[in-house]
Amino acid sequence: MEILIPILTLGFLGLLFGIGLALASKKFAVKTDPRLEKIVGLLPGANCGACGGAGCFGFAESILSGKAKIDACRVADDKIKEQIAQVLGRKLEKRAESVAILHCNGGRKVKDRFLYQGIEDCVAANLVLGGQKECVYGCLGFDTCEKACPFGAIKISEENLPTVDANKCKACNKCVLICPKNLFTLVPITHNVYPVRKDTFSSAFSNGVYVACSSHDLGKDTIAVCPVGCIACRKCEQACPVDAIHVIDNLAVLDYDKCTSCGKCVEVCPTKTIRKRE
Amino acid sequence: MDASQFLTIFISAVFIYNVILSRFLGLCSFVAISKETKPAMAMSLSVMFVTTMSSIITWFIYRFLLIPFGLTYLRTISFILVIATFVQFVEMVIRKISPPLYRFFGIYLPLITVNCAVLGVAVLNVDMFFINGRAVPGSFYYSLFQGICVGLGYALAMLLMSGIRERLDLCNVPKAVKDFPLAFIIASIMSLSFLGFNGFKF
Repeated sequence: MEILIPILTLGFLGLLFGIGLALASKKFAVKTDPRLEKIVGLLPGANCGACGGAGCFGFAESILSGKAKIDACRVADDKIKEQIAQVLGRKLEKRAESVAILHCNGGRKVKDRFLYQGIEDCVAANLVLGGQKECVYGCLGFDTCEKACPFGAIKISEENLPTVDANKCKACNKCVLICPKNLFTLVPITHNVYPVRKDTFSSAFSNGVYVACSSHDLGKDTIAVCPVGCIACRKCEQACPVDAIHVIDNLAVLDYDKCTSCGKCVEVCPTKTIRKRE
Repeated sequence: MDASQFLTIFISAVFIYNVILSRFLGLCSFVAISKETKPAMAMSLSVMFVTTMSSIITWFIYRFLLIPFGLTYLRTISFILVIATFVQFVEMVIRKISPPLYRFFGIYLPLITVNCAVLGVAVLNVDMFFINGRAVPGSFYYSLFQGICVGLGYALAMLLMSGIRERLDLCNVPKAVKDFPLAFIIASIMSLSFLGFNGFKF
């Protein structure tokens, strides 16, 4: 008898709660589209936000409602996107791929103006008189972009400059947004600045041209602080056979749509600011 | 019922016997979700809500079910049963009624189901406000208030910890102690400083 009371009490409690929860789950059931769960399962789950949605779940919702294109996801590869398109019964529209590149080649070649002893972060350092480097346009060399990259594509090299691994770069735009000097841009991969990504492009494209400087100073001022900065000599303008490069506001600017990566500007550039990737 | 009793409960629950830093309950969520202030506060709010509600429910279970049948030794299992059911139920209701709130609380509610701080409050309440199997006068209100205060103490510890960890994110920390080892060291130092409240008597 003594053992019966606790067993009955607890059994009764358990039964009561069990039935209660079962009823509640019926009453409060939320109808969800079964496709939503499938899409969330297929998406990479990095929650990087490069698509503009609030994480992968938010993106899946906006694909489902037709607000976003499947191809807005930068992380998933084509196979996964095909699968998602199949789930939805839609056709996959492709977007031009791109990678991030850094428009600065200063690094250790540019001296420091003063000894910076604050938080080791470019955004913080930039608040102090625009950073410790002599060149106010150049890379400060802390690992802010390396930390910001969700895919581990950016590494700070021995030259104290970030290098982008094009195989890992998903063009999520995070480094572009976080760099206080606005040194990163996304370049279409068809203008193949980087030699790699062998899976999609042959080595014929391996010598893409880009301008490794962001300084808008006069040539005299630029060369005083950086041996590899753009001095706006306009030699590249004259050398270019397809009218793709122009000096605008003391800086050579490349039009990637016109450029054929012929390399003429690289040959004439006196400071080696315009570079070809080997 | 004594009004000064409420002040005593408040100070002892928030400072002297802070649920995390002095009683060492609910440590897993304390270390895991204190990296940034915003999720830490969301978690704290959820905990505060659940401790308050579970204080009420467990008081009724203890007073009207366990004591009359002489089953006070079953309190742990029945409290867990009640708390788990309640949290599941709340999750369902929130999901139905308010999707934005569900997204805000949804991730943390299942975590709270197994948070020992919540059970700790329930057990603490019956230890403190029931003497010899009888409710002390005003024991229901004391329990309710203690539930809120323990939640507040949890929120205080979470806020301090997440603030410190946010700041530390910008510092150059040796690789060996980065993230969790450092969190443990901070937690122990904070716990030492909360030991200083121990001398207070009311």
